[in-house]
Formats: sequence, C-alpha cells, structure tokens
Amino acid sequence: MSSAVEKQISILGHKDFKSDYKPVWCAGCGDFGVLNALTKAMAALELQPENVAMIAGIGCSSRIPAYTSVYGFHGVHGRALPLAAGLAISRPDLTVIATGGDGDGFSIGGNHFLHACRRNVDMTYLVMDNTVYGMTKGQASPTTECDWTGSKLSPQGTGQPPLQPLEIALAAGAPYIARAFSNSPNDLARTMAEALSFRGFSFVQILSPCITFRPDQLGWKKRVHAGFEATDNRAAAFAALADDDGFTTGTLYRAPRPCHASARAEETTVQAIQDQFGVKT
Amino acid sequence: MSSDSLSLALIGSGGAGVMTAGQTLLDAAAACGLYGLMTRATGPQIRGGEAAAILRLSSEPVECQDDRLDVLLAIDWNKAERFADELILDANSRIIADPGQGQAPEWVRTSGARVLDVPLSELVKNHRGTRANTIAVGLLSHWIGLDNARTENTVRGILESKGARLVDAAIAGLQLGFSQARELPELPQTLPAAGAARERWLISGNEAVGLGALRAGVRFCAAYPITPSTEIQEWLAVHLPAVGGTLVQAEDELASINMCLGASFGGVPAITATSGPGFSLMVEALGLASQAEIPMVVVDVMRGGPSTGIPTRSEQADLNIAIHGAHGDAPRLVLAPNSIGDCVSTTEWAVHLAEALQTPAVVLSDQRLGQGRAAIPSPPPARWQAQRKLTTDTGESFRRFADSSDGISPMSLPGMAGGEYTATGLSHMASGRPSASGSDHRRQLDKRRRKLQAFDFGKQWADIEGDGDTAVLTWGSTTLAAREAVTRLRAKGQSVRLVSIRLLSPLDTGALEEALAPVKRLLIVEQSHGGQFHRYLRSLIDLPAHTRVLARPGPLNIGPGEIARAIQSLCLEEAA
Repeated sequence: MSSAVEKQISILGHKDFKSDYKPVWCAGCGDFGVLNALTKAMAALELQPENVAMIAGIGCSSRIPAYTSVYGFHGVHGRALPLAAGLAISRPDLTVIATGGDGDGFSIGGNHFLHACRRNVDMTYLVMDNTVYGMTKGQASPTTECDWTGSKLSPQGTGQPPLQPLEIALAAGAPYIARAFSNSPNDLARTMAEALSFRGFSFVQILSPCITFRPDQLGWKKRVHAGFEATDNRAAAFAALADDDGFTTGTLYRAPRPCHASARAEETTVQAIQDQFGVKT
Repeated sequence: MSSDSLSLALIGSGGAGVMTAGQTLLDAAAACGLYGLMTRATGPQIRGGEAAAILRLSSEPVECQDDRLDVLLAIDWNKAERFADELILDANSRIIADPGQGQAPEWVRTSGARVLDVPLSELVKNHRGTRANTIAVGLLSHWIGLDNARTENTVRGILESKGARLVDAAIAGLQLGFSQARELPELPQTLPAAGAARERWLISGNEAVGLGALRAGVRFCAAYPITPSTEIQEWLAVHLPAVGGTLVQAEDELASINMCLGASFGGVPAITATSGPGFSLMVEALGLASQAEIPMVVVDVMRGGPSTGIPTRSEQADLNIAIHGAHGDAPRLVLAPNSIGDCVSTTEWAVHLAEALQTPAVVLSDQRLGQGRAAIPSPPPARWQAQRKLTTDTGESFRRFADSSDGISPMSLPGMAGGEYTATGLSHMASGRPSASGSDHRRQLDKRRRKLQAFDFGKQWADIEGDGDTAVLTWGSTTLAAREAVTRLRAKGQSVRLVSIRLLSPLDTGALEEALAPVKRLLIVEQSHGGQFHRYLRSLIDLPAHTRVLARPGPLNIGPGEIARAIQSLCLEEAA
C-alpha cells in the first residue's frame, strides 16, 4: 500500500480536492498539514470528490470540510460522529470522513467517541489534537497536561490526568487505531490512505500543533518518533501503549471485525405491512 | 354517545397481565364487528406497580374514553387508590373483584357501585396452567355479550406461535371465565349491537406513526428508547429493514437526531421518535436542521413534564418547546395528529412537508394517542410522499442556498458531481460559504421564513366541523373528547363548531380567523397547566371577546362531559 500511495501522490494533483476557501487557521497551524495530507490521500486513492463526505463538529479543525471540494457537513459541537454515522449507514456507497479536534471529539463528543468505536460503522475519524481549545482562545482540553497553566480558566493547571485517546479507542473496541503528526505530510497521507481504505471504523489521532496558544508545541517536531507496529493483538497494543510517551506514531492496532449493518435489500412492501392491521373476522 | 357504548377497566399489579387482557378483549370485540379503544394507565414501576387497561366498545367509531365506567374488574387492588381520580364509578357501575384480594379501596366502596365477588385466585389455584387475566377475559367477554367462539379464536390467533400447551391452558381459562359470567347477575348496560361489517384496523397510535413514516418514504430512523414513544422505534426496528431501510439504536438523543440529519443530508428521509426529556436534548440539532435546511421529522410522544415528569401519562405541555425551542430564529413545522388513525396521515404529511420545505418537522403525539390502541375505520390510503426538490444544475452556477420567490432552493446530494457544498450551522451565503455579514444573515433568514410563508398547505391545516356561533378550539388528542362533547350537545339541538388545528406552526392565521369569524363564544381546550396553546394563539391572532380556557395538566384526561359542561356554562355566562 505505502509505495503505491507514494507513487500516486506524485502523479495526481491533490489540489483538485481543495476548495477556494481561505482557512480561518492562524499562520503556522498544524491543521494546514492535515488538509494537505488529506487531499493527497484522497487523490492517491483516486476518490471522486462527489463520493466523499467530510463531517465535522465545531472548532478550528472542524472547519476543514469547507476547505475541501468534497461534500461537507459542519454541524454542531461534539456531534460529528453521529452525523457521519447516519450518513455512512444510509449511504454505504460514500467514503465518509469525520473530522474535528480534541475538545469536540473527547469532551463534548466523548460519549459518541466511545460508541463510534463500539458500533464500527465503516468510516474514518480524524482528530486534530493540539491539546488546547483554539477557537475559544486557549482553554485546557481533555488531552491537556495536568500542570499546564497557560489558560485563564485553569491558572493552577487542570489537576487532572490527560485523557488517552488511543487507550480509550482500544478499550472501546475500535478496530483501527493510529497516530500521526501533521508536520510529517507523507507519513500522515500514508496513514490517512490506510485508514480510509480500512473497512470499518478507523481512528487517527493527529498531533497538530497550535502555536498561537501553545507555542511550546513547536518542540513536538523533536519529540515525535515512529514506533507503533500494526498488530491485531489487543494485549500487544495495550503493551505498546504502556510504553508510549504520547509521541509515538504509526498504526497501533488493525483488527477488522464485522461492521454495523447498513440498509438491506427490500424483502416486502409497505402495503403488505399495512395489511397486518386489518381486523380478521 | 354514552348510552351507545360500554366502558370497562381492568386493573391489577404491573405484570398481572392487565394490558394483555385488555388488548385481547379489544381484539375480540373488533372481531365481533365492534369499534373500540383501549388506553393505558400505569405507574412508573416496571413490575409491581399499578396498571389499568381502560376500554370503551361501541358500534360506532369511538376514540375517547367516557366520563364513567360501566364495569371495573380488579385482578387485585394493588395501589388501586391511585386511580380514584380517573376511574369514575356510580350506582350503575359493576365491580368484579376477588374476595381473596382483600377489601375494595374506599373510592370504590363509596361510589355506590355494586361489587360482585369472583374468586379469581382460587380458580387459578384449582386449575393448573390457567391465569387470572385469561379467566377475566373470558368472564368479561361473555358477560358483556361478545361471541364466545370469536373470543376463543382471537386468543388462539394471539398465542398460536407459542405452542399448543399455552393455547390449551388459555382456552381452559377463558371457559372458566365464561362459566363464571353465567353465574353473575345481568349488566344494567348492554353492549351495543355490532354495526354492518366494514373494513377496520386494530392499531396503536405509536404503530400508526411508524406506518405513516414508512408510507411516506422514510427509510432511516435513529432513536433512543424513552417512554411513551418506544413502541414507534420497536415497530420500525422490525419493519424498516424489511423495506430496505435502517434503524439505529443510538447512544442518546443527541446522537439520534444528528444521525437522522446525516442520513437526510445523504438523501434518505429520516425520522426519530422521543418524548419530552429527549426532545429537550434534540432542540440544538433542530436549529441546525433549520439553518442547514436539512429535512427530518421528530415525533415527540408527550408525557407529563417538566423534567422527567410523569413518563407513563399524557400531557400536551411540549407545545412551547416544539414551536419555539432552539436559539435564534429557527422556523420549523409543528404538526399534531388528532386521532389514532390520524397519526398515520399526519406523520405522512409531516414527512412530505419536511422534505418539500427542507425544514425539520415536529409531530406532537402524546401518551394517550401513542399507547392507546383502537379498532378504527381503516385510514385513507397514502396521500403524502417524501418529495425533495433536487437540483438539475450542478454546474458552476449551482448555489445550494440560492434565493427564490418560494424560498426553496434545489438541493444536491452526495454522489452528484458538481453539487459539492458544505452544509453548515453557521450563517452563510447562497453558496453555503460561512458569512458573518448582517445582510447575508438577513437574506437567508428571510428565505427560510419565506419558504414556510409562501407554501400552500391547503385545507389540511385543521379539521373544522359543524357551525354556529359557539366554538371549541383545540388540538391533538383533546380533540377526541371535544368532538364527542360537540356531538352530545348537537344531539340536544345545540350547534357548536369544532376547530382542531393540525398544523400548529406555521399557523394559517388567515384561515383560522375566517373559521372563527362567526364565533361569538369560544372555548379553548388543552391538556397543559400554563395554557400554552391559548397563549400561542393570542400571540398570533385576536380571539373573540368571549373566550374561555379549559386547561388542565396531565395526567387526568379532560373528558367529553366536562367539555360539554364548559360549553354550556360559556353560553349561560353570556346569557347572564
């Protein structure tokens, strides 16, 4: 897969997947790298824009659907996954991608994340994790370190351990789990292409720095390192996470299982169903 | 109408089989050519609480309970005092009770009703395999004059899939009941004779909503179980997949409605069903549906509120939130079926309107309609279909939210090349591109309001019956009692007009003013504590100077007799 992807990326113009909207993102935002990698991945997979739908909630990263030329739905805060699931279940012919940030996905949308992992609808969930709320100007998110004092809302730090998205996804039953870094565009595009091709619910945590509210994240470049090796063994995946410093990239877990059922063929008619109400005398 | 029908109630502990018995009796009566209605009243407990199945049987279609009972059968008296307000007995009522279950509660003893002893628990003990509720069915069925063979056939039909042993035991129970009934003195009130054989249905309001949705073309449902709406989901869970659709049991109501929006964005007509507390959670997405112009239908089977309220009992107090809930100006369609049969057509119409107008539609049913089950004349064939205006122009000039005189913008669906756009809850331009400009905001708000104002909803907006300068104005399930009140007064020579509004929002104020033009005395009837319907009407039109409001919270139903008395005192007030 990976060599094919690299070849395609060099041949196909990924710009066809971009819209002419100017992103609202700050200069230097990691989400630009995500957008680039995503359009490359879509081009590499030779998807048709009209057969792709990008679904998002609210937040900086959730603006991404409008920056692509595919169908998009920018919904309400935290509800990207149910929107995407409803679409993917009723339109299994489409490639459905849910996107968002750590606040949207793990805080207000946390319950949906758990159940999306369990439900296993055939779609991809990309979370641009910058461990901060950017759109509301710099508050702690569920993935923020407990001693980060950069927010006016938590001047003493949150005092809470950060949520571990990969551990949660694994515990909740997600069949495909990966982590990538927005500053490594080719690796990211490769991971995305793999996730998009996976049949089932694929989850990619993308470390995507917010240098406006977390300038310290410029240092992520030095901390990120490849390391996960795709396994279908849950125990091995949990073991890999036990040694993880939060900056290991790669596919952690890949274990296909039956997907949530989509619409079936018609077996009967509405008229036949209606006839059941008639009184038999 | 009172003299042409027979009213019965079966009560007992939750789990004693009261509902099954009531339903069997209704089915047997329908098989004998009668019409009838069964409503449920239960406590909040799953097992061991109080339960009542209240039935009314008649030779004519009947959809509201009478003001009093002819017969009350108590399998036991567990927490029966809780029914004192709603099971009204008098000297002509007959009570059947098991002396082994102790003394009847005070409200029964002081009613003047005659109590007849039947040792149900002893019979069960002496006849292995029988159950008290089956004996009760046999007893009531024979006593009120249903055909024993038809009752047996009905029971066979219900149980045939469960094996011969169960069927035999049930038939033995029925026969015990028949023979007990032969020992009893005759009822003062006889069962009306069956009318001419006409086609009729046995259906509950919740099933009727599900059927209406299927008939109109709904092929996706995501829902979270909540009393008293769950039967809609359960019914669709079986029948949606059979016609090529899908049902998802979502993790919560927020997911439910958003899944529906996702499916509908993809072009698949979608519905969710809930009750008050779940509806409150859905309100945010209702605003999104309005702003992003994604059609969908939410059925709110109302129960007592606010908050968790009374899950098992009826109220009409979600009107405010249905019409106004959600921040900003978020116009939507609000419809209310006014009978069990009308649940089919009104849900169909709601799907049709939502799709045609690319707007969310709320259907306000309630526990009384939803969990009520009736033998009714078969509803009219399907009239309304999901029909979405899709774009044929997906070129450069395509604008998803293009303005037009009717406000309806042709829509593109995923899969249509060139129609790509991003639906958004943000204020946007005609292209869908987000915009914070005041004029863009205003233009789209105008467009969304215009599409509701410019649409011709036709005569379906209300049921208007009768004439005269006195009128009853109501909506939803209270229509049933109001209609009967009007019928009773008409039988006495008094002409009263009934106006039951089906399309609550947008309200056709012109047509309503026309309907009320000759009206000098108006009674507004609604099952809410704060008079929500009355306030809503007053905010939109001038009501006749002589307007009175009969508003009461649930769960005590407003009965036909009470409405008839209120109309009469309205007329007397003016005379004085």
